[in-house]
Amino acid sequence: MSDHLPILLIVLPLIAAPLCVLVGNRKVAYVVALAAAWCTFAIALTLITQVTRSGPIHYNIGDWAPPYGIEYVVDSFSGFVMLFVAGIGALVLSYAPPSIKAEIPQSKHYLFYATYMLCMTGLLGICATGDLFNVFVFLEISSLSSYALISLGRSRRAPLAALQYLILGSIGATFILIGIGLLYQMTGTLNMADIASRLDTHHGPRTMLVSFAFLTVGLCIKMAVFPLHRWLPGAYTYAPSVVTCFIAATSTKVSVYAFARVVFGIFTPDFAFEQLSLNTGLMILALIGIFGTSITAIFQDNVKRMLAFSSVAQIGYMLLGISMANQSGLTAGIIHMFNHALIKGGLFMVAGCFALRLGSVNLSDWQGAGRTMPWTSFAWVVGGLGLIGVPLTAGFVSKWLLLTAAVQSELWPVAVLMLLSSLLALVYIWRVVESLYFAETSQRAADAVDAPLQMLVPTYILIGAILVFGVWTTYPFDLASEAASTLLGAPTP
Amino acid sequence: MSIEQVVGLYNYWIVVFLMMTGFYIVIARTNLIKSIIGLNIFQTSVFLLYITMGRINGGTAPIIPAVVADAHAHAHPADAHATDGPAGHSLHETADELIYSNPLPSVLMLTAIVVGIATTALALALIVRIREEYGTVEEDEILELDRYS
Repeated sequence: MSDHLPILLIVLPLIAAPLCVLVGNRKVAYVVALAAAWCTFAIALTLITQVTRSGPIHYNIGDWAPPYGIEYVVDSFSGFVMLFVAGIGALVLSYAPPSIKAEIPQSKHYLFYATYMLCMTGLLGICATGDLFNVFVFLEISSLSSYALISLGRSRRAPLAALQYLILGSIGATFILIGIGLLYQMTGTLNMADIASRLDTHHGPRTMLVSFAFLTVGLCIKMAVFPLHRWLPGAYTYAPSVVTCFIAATSTKVSVYAFARVVFGIFTPDFAFEQLSLNTGLMILALIGIFGTSITAIFQDNVKRMLAFSSVAQIGYMLLGISMANQSGLTAGIIHMFNHALIKGGLFMVAGCFALRLGSVNLSDWQGAGRTMPWTSFAWVVGGLGLIGVPLTAGFVSKWLLLTAAVQSELWPVAVLMLLSSLLALVYIWRVVESLYFAETSQRAADAVDAPLQMLVPTYILIGAILVFGVWTTYPFDLASEAASTLLGAPTP
Repeated sequence: MSIEQVVGLYNYWIVVFLMMTGFYIVIARTNLIKSIIGLNIFQTSVFLLYITMGRINGGTAPIIPAVVADAHAHAHPADAHATDGPAGHSLHETADELIYSNPLPSVLMLTAIVVGIATTALALALIVRIREEYGTVEEDEILELDRYS
């Protein structure tokens, strides 16, 4: 049984999805989905413990040997990403019922749970698989289900936002498909480790350059890197609160994971950064993105839209870490993936609580809610401190590591700009805190009460995790630094 | 690059032409249905790219020819050497002379086609909902409606 854990991780939510549709009852479907989600988290936890104890796990599907069959690889990097994807997936699902009751018609609840499970399958699959074409398939599973989830939003703009995401996302996915095809044409294999060993990055044909370009641009769309982020604010703003929590916390991070795998696992940093100097390009885009979107975030009245712009900025920090391409930079980038998933997941959960009680995510309606909804508002303060990167929160750890990495690499301008950009985060978080605590109480906030416990408890677990991992830094740090050294080391045979 | 080379790569020219046509339609058209049609053309060009790369001139489907398969099926393990006479030799030659096309890219495209259909279906479903809400499928008109609401 324990030998088959890597495949169970994918199969469990995949089976839960049609099961939810078959039972057709929203309560039973919820129990099925919730059980599957928490089991998946338990499996992810077991896998990461096994990996830290005894090294990467290779699983051959159907017992076909790797280059011919599909291989699943769980190492410290993929295991780490799986862990927080599954964890946040399960936590958000525990938080979901009151929120979706208010935002999604009841007749569609069981379909919502089914689609949610499919989305989780796709995201976990991208992490687990060692086969490049499989990455494409899982990417499409997760993307298609997230388009459907986003379109469930109450606002009439939700289907339009979903369609805009669908068009851009499909272009991205097709780019990735072209890149994979060209790689296959050169090497005749789809297994990532096998491609890496067959690819001559120094004297290869120009096809390699083309396929690298297609893969990079395709994944940049999925990651919402600065100029290609246009789909993200609309999608996050108009999706139901629960969907935003899950997608914002996990989906772009998984794309960053796939990007790191492609750059470090297949093309080698030597090709991407030394020969092509992708790192300079990424760094510039990341910095422009951080400033541009943080400043845009300051002027938003819709809190979800503000957080969405902030997400694009945070992706920039992860890319900064990756583009440094050394041990400390990569560790910082990977740890920021984890920390930001916690922080942004937590903040969107708080926004969901407010949306439930106040019926709005506009800042003007939130005014004075700090007095009537003290617990929910306090969660925002803690999460916000994490986003800014105040000491004792997880956000501080990753920003500190990024800063030291930048100083070590003697990238002084980057270090200075990073510090300045944290001030921008302070501004937009403070705007919300100010309205919550110091503004005249709005009509809606006056008769609001705190969010129900079913929503507050998962929110506080995630918000608490920000504090826990801000103090107990060794666990994520060890995992991230091991993941960074696997990425930088020679590709495993 | 000589003319023969350029003409010899005609399949790739078709792929590139379709790819750019589709991509242009997606970017340039504001009618949502037309965008989706463009997206479809774009995806189809990639199917052709994969299928054309697996094809070899004179290659057949990767199935063992009936003659060779029969010979193997009837040959008793004990008298395997007996068939290695003149008849067996020619059989080996037939087997060696055969060139197979690579079936894997075509198989991969089966998956990609399914993904493409799912994407189109979902997109059309979304467009139906957009039309119900706004009464139009022109993107600029929709944005205009949103501005004044």
